[in-house]
Parts: sequence; structure tokens; C-alpha cells
Amino acid sequence: MSHHDITFSKEELERYSRHLIIPEFNIEGQKKLKASSVLVIGSGGLGSPLLLYLAAAGIGRIGIVDFDTVDASNLQRQVLFGIQDVGVSKAVAASKRLKSLNPHIKIEVHDTMFTVENARELVSKYDVIADGTDNFPTRYLVNDACVLENKVNVYASIFRFEGQASVFNELLADGTRGPNYRDLFPAPPPPGLVPSCAEGGVIGVLPGILGSLQALEVLKVISGVGDTLSGRLFLFDATGFTTRILKVRKNKDNPLNGENPTQTELINYEQFCGIGTSTEEKREVAEMSVQEFDQWRKEGVKHILIDVREPYEFGIAEMGGELIPLATVLESTDRIPKDIPVVVQCRSGARSARAIRELEDAHGYTNLINLTGGILDWQEAIQPELARY
Amino acid sequence: MATLIIPTPLRKFTDGNAVFEATASDVRSLLQALSNSHEGIQKHLFDDSGDLRSFIRVYVGDEDINELEGTDTKIDDRDEVSIIPAIAGGTK
Repeated sequence: MSHHDITFSKEELERYSRHLIIPEFNIEGQKKLKASSVLVIGSGGLGSPLLLYLAAAGIGRIGIVDFDTVDASNLQRQVLFGIQDVGVSKAVAASKRLKSLNPHIKIEVHDTMFTVENARELVSKYDVIADGTDNFPTRYLVNDACVLENKVNVYASIFRFEGQASVFNELLADGTRGPNYRDLFPAPPPPGLVPSCAEGGVIGVLPGILGSLQALEVLKVISGVGDTLSGRLFLFDATGFTTRILKVRKNKDNPLNGENPTQTELINYEQFCGIGTSTEEKREVAEMSVQEFDQWRKEGVKHILIDVREPYEFGIAEMGGELIPLATVLESTDRIPKDIPVVVQCRSGARSARAIRELEDAHGYTNLINLTGGILDWQEAIQPELARY
Repeated sequence: MATLIIPTPLRKFTDGNAVFEATASDVRSLLQALSNSHEGIQKHLFDDSGDLRSFIRVYVGDEDINELEGTDTKIDDRDEVSIIPAIAGGTK
């Protein structure tokens, strides 16, 4: 529907009056918002402010893609949700909240993962896409689907105290498309060079700031008011409160729309990001379940337990192990005996398996056993009073 | 001395410092000075053949060095050089 055919009820005119009285925006801008549709991928830290502001602003149709359920640890920053939503589908809980915020708009729930199979179809049904995802495979998938379907991708990403935002693949006045994510970063970092799960974390307000900036850019893209971040990358470092804006150029080697495009459809993004391809990482180690370990403790089987997490994780919950962070295990062999069984533990079992492989390779250990599922499984099955994180 | 801005994911190699300063005439020697004084950071910046990694961008001021002379781009004491890494977080 053309925005010229849009009309508003008295309630809507009153609700949107602060937009209508901005001379540069006015009722024309509001009509464009109502005539438009936006797909928000991920309703987490970035998706929360995005969805709240887009719904409040009167975007006519909003799609929400999320397969996850609300967890108590989300509430530190995902302001869409309340404690009554813990355990509920995020897309469903978000939809309920947004409908109560603005009954004049349409909310579409996609309670599913965003995958190679459904990406292009989902993206094709909306005018603008907002990327609120949290991992490299999905970010490249969102980007590529947007480029292949000729959609704008409003982007933001955060890490601890730092955030990035941009507008990718925007239709420019000369009919060409602006730079996209692959012009900026042709390929993702391989596992091992990205921050691991131990190094994640984000300050609660930061996704609120970046997600709000994303919402603002969505409104600008749709209304045509102002200059968007197309061709520019906005950076914010909250620790020093520094902001920078850098130029983003099109890269002639872009596989999607460079001078010699080599990619005309979606690919396997897990593989592209090097996930699950390293044979070395997959080498099996000896392991035991938390139930077996609990039995060992009850029977007094001689062993020691090494906890290879970081000190700040140890402070949240621990199960009586000796703390030797992964990065320091190879220098700490004087604390890791070879003559009795040594059970190695982390949060979920991945880092402890890596610690075992490193110790076996470098120092010839043969008595190391990985605790599968780590302290998360232990908490769930044996010691429910521990905190999960 | 030229200023190099270190992004959050690499600050674990710089004792948490956001800024590195060194006297350098071009981008490569500035990055090399950083690598020489901070063990472990080299492999996050360069691949085995010595090229900048594809998930790292380097800027002088607000311009991508690929639009200038790459790592041969000349710099002086007033220049601010930034390492920009791909980050994926969104916190679901």
C-alpha cells in the first residue's frame, strides 16, 4: 500500500502527535511508518529497545523472529520482559507486550530459528530488517539474505562496553545499494580468535543504547528524514565514553555484489564461520557424567577436581574444585598430579575438554577426565541451590 | 607519537589499556610495535603470511587503510589509528 492511502483515527493522531508536530517529519513521515513493515531478528538485548520503540513509533507491521525462551539472566538488559515471562517463548512474550503498548499496529510472531531454509522467505516479506542477533553465523546469514532480497539491514552489535552500528545495503539516491556487512568484514574470525564463552558479558545499558540507535535508523530509513549511517560505522566505547564514526566503503571483492560476484544464494554459515570443522578440537577425551562424579565423591574415590573457569565465574558458583583458569593450565602442572585421577570441569564442558587436550599434548597426561556438562549439569542434577549463569 | 586505539576484545593483551602509543612512520610499523610489546596479540592481527586478518579493519582517522596505502600508509604523530574487529554480540 502506498503511504498516500494511509489514514489515521483520532486516537492515532493523538498518540503520534509528537511526531506530527516535527516540521521535517509531520504526518507524511507518520504515514510512511504506518505503511511500512520491519522484521526484527532476535528479541534480546538489542531487540528489546528496538521492538519497544518501533511499536511505540507506529510501524504498521512488525515481525519478531526468536526461537528462545526468556531466562532469568536476560532480565538484566532485556527490558521487554518481566519475571512473569521467565520460561515463556520470547517472540510470544514480546508480542503480548507490544500489543499492550500499541493496539494500532500488527505484530507477527515467528517463534522459530532464523535459518538458511527460512531466511530469504522471511526477509522478503518485510521492507526493512533489523539485526539483533548474537553470533557470527546468523549475522552473515542476515546480511546475505538482505543483499540477495534487496532489503536494508539496520545493524548493531555489542561486546562488553563497546558497540557498533551501521545501515547496510540501503537503496541510495542513484539507484545503487550502500555497503553491506561483507564490505566491512569479508569473513568472520575463526573459533579460538573470537572471545570464548568465558569472555562474553555485556553491561546492561549498552544494548539499550545501541538498540535505540538502531530503532532511530529504522525510522530514518523509512521516513527518508536525515542522513542514515549508510556508508558509515558508528562506534561507542562506554568505558571512556568515546564515540567515533568511520567510513565504510564498498569492496570490489564482495562475493555477493562486488565486481565479480561468486555467491548467488545462501551458504552453510556454521561452516563459513569454522564451527565444527576442526578435527583437532574434536579429539575425544575421557569423560564422566555429574552423576558418576557425585557417586565418586559419596564413595570417597581418591581424585582431585580442577576448575578451569575464570575467577569471576568461580565467584558466582563453584563445586569445590581447585581454580586454574584455562589460560594458565600449562604453567600450573605442579598443581595437577599424574598419579591419581584428575577430573577437569568448567561451565558446560567445552573449555575443560580443551584444557585436557592441551595438557595431554604438552605434558603427556593420561589421568585426566572431563566432567561433561560442567557446573551447569552439576547444578541441575546434584546441587540445585547453586546459581546458574 | 602516533596513537593506536585498541578494541575491547584485544585489551586482554594490553593489560586492559585502550590506547597504545609508539613512534612509527607507517601503519605496519605501528602494529608491529604493538605486537612486539604485547605477547600474543600478533596472531589476532596478522595471518601466517603476514596479511591483516579479514575480520580486522584498520583505520587512520576515519578512513580505511585499504582506501589509502594499506599497511604502508604513512602516519605522523597527530594520527589516530584504530583497530576495528568484527564483534557479534547482541545478548540473547
